[in-house]
Amino acid sequence: MRDAMRLSPDAMACLMPMHVWVCPKGLIRRVGPTLQKLRPAAPLAGRRFLDVFELRRPRGVHTLDDFVGPDGARLQLAFRSAPCTALKGLIIGLGEGEGALINLSFGISVVEAVATYGLTVGDFAATDLTVEMLYLVEAKSAVMEESKKLNQRLQGARIAAEEQAFTDTLTGLKNRRAMDHVLARLVDERRAFSLMHLDLDFFKDVNDNLGHAAGDHVLQHVARILVEETRDTDTVARAGGDEFVLIFRDLVDMSRLKGIALRIIRRLEQPILFNGEPCRVSASIGTAVSTQYPAAEAAQILHDADMALYASKRAGRARATFAGEALRRGSDAAGNGDAPLH
Amino acid sequence: MHGLINRSIQCFVQDTYGAELWADVAADAGLRAEGFEALLIYDDALTEAVLTSVSRHLKKSREVVLEDLGTFLVSHANLEPLRRLLRFGGENFMEFLHSLDDLADRARLAVPDLDLPDMEIVDEGPSTFRLLCRWHFAGSGHVMLGILRAMADDYGALVLLEYLGEAAGRAEVQVELLDCRFAEGRSFKLAMPAG
Repeated sequence: MRDAMRLSPDAMACLMPMHVWVCPKGLIRRVGPTLQKLRPAAPLAGRRFLDVFELRRPRGVHTLDDFVGPDGARLQLAFRSAPCTALKGLIIGLGEGEGALINLSFGISVVEAVATYGLTVGDFAATDLTVEMLYLVEAKSAVMEESKKLNQRLQGARIAAEEQAFTDTLTGLKNRRAMDHVLARLVDERRAFSLMHLDLDFFKDVNDNLGHAAGDHVLQHVARILVEETRDTDTVARAGGDEFVLIFRDLVDMSRLKGIALRIIRRLEQPILFNGEPCRVSASIGTAVSTQYPAAEAAQILHDADMALYASKRAGRARATFAGEALRRGSDAAGNGDAPLH
Repeated sequence: MHGLINRSIQCFVQDTYGAELWADVAADAGLRAEGFEALLIYDDALTEAVLTSVSRHLKKSREVVLEDLGTFLVSHANLEPLRRLLRFGGENFMEFLHSLDDLADRARLAVPDLDLPDMEIVDEGPSTFRLLCRWHFAGSGHVMLGILRAMADDYGALVLLEYLGEAAGRAEVQVELLDCRFAEGRSFKLAMPAG
């Protein structure tokens, strides 16, 4: 072959630091320095190639004699002894009686291999893109880390914003939006529940006489009482101004509800001190119970609780009325509504 | 200016001088105390405002602040990933110097909108080099002065550095490499440290 070229072992080591030169009998004649570095215990030269490496593809090959041609064939192999690093390779027949040259590389296992064997830049050919790849892997990891942090911060901000959007900032209670959500879910789930609509009585007097700061103080105090008088599973919302909505999950016993309503009114009527001045308010309550409807609808229940509240107001305030009672009272002008508390 | 660069200035101030100084600087520049997001892009004027404030608080010139920033980027433990990425440039300081030609492109492979200074190393003698930095922001030469000094230490090389000046968006730094293997240097393994 006139075009044939001779390469010194040093040149081969430099160009292909992971090559294997196999003689016709299948014995390793020489290996590149990086490949030898992967098996530091003993020289690879002199051992049978297929004893050192397991040929994974092509399958069913037990001798290298099949690869004698100059066209080259792709190989997938792995070390037989631990660590059984996977390698990819290209085998080229060197001609009759000359054996074959196999050039190996790590393929995708390179990131792990570099760590396993403590490889350095000098272990790779200058043309090999392994180092660039490792660089990219690290750069991408660093950027992903930043991206993850950004996402976590955004997630935190989103949760905070959502909480704010469902919370009444003055009292810390749920707001009207949150209340609508809770109500819609209970209706969807066809759960038994009761909805109490509470409106403060004489609150305007507090605002007018003692100022808005006193009004705010009263609202916060009321919120605290409402939370204390309800269970964790109930929902207490400030629906706006001096209106509150309480939703009692799984509680439809009218006498218990009545008891809760009256207890709340009694507690709200205790004078609330603001800068030493007593603020006096009371509350009117209207309650609707979901089990009184064949198919409860949010708007209907809210409306009926509202009507019952209105009936309480009309009947002289500081009292609690049920939606059914309000209707009955509407049809019966002489009806005996709830007894006033005082 | 890319958030990664802004963020590195913020880390420099926080890690070197404390969160309080950063809070003052952020307030001066009209930033929230949380500061910059690493993956967003900011107006150059904001970066300038931060630098002006840092320089005023520390009573150091803008040039010195930028050079300290460069040193910090390579030598502070919190920025070890960055040092490693720079060390991928080559096995010794000479190779590292020549890798600066590709640094901006390398960085863009990982973060496409990251605009690092375009750099070119001109060989002026067997051991004398001139680094040319072109950037949209004044002062790249001073940052590189800090980075080169710290990287020379990292490689264990002995160098003489001289800032030559900046004109028309091009800064120049002279590098004289006296000894490539003067000291042990810090270790660098290709494999990423665990954790």
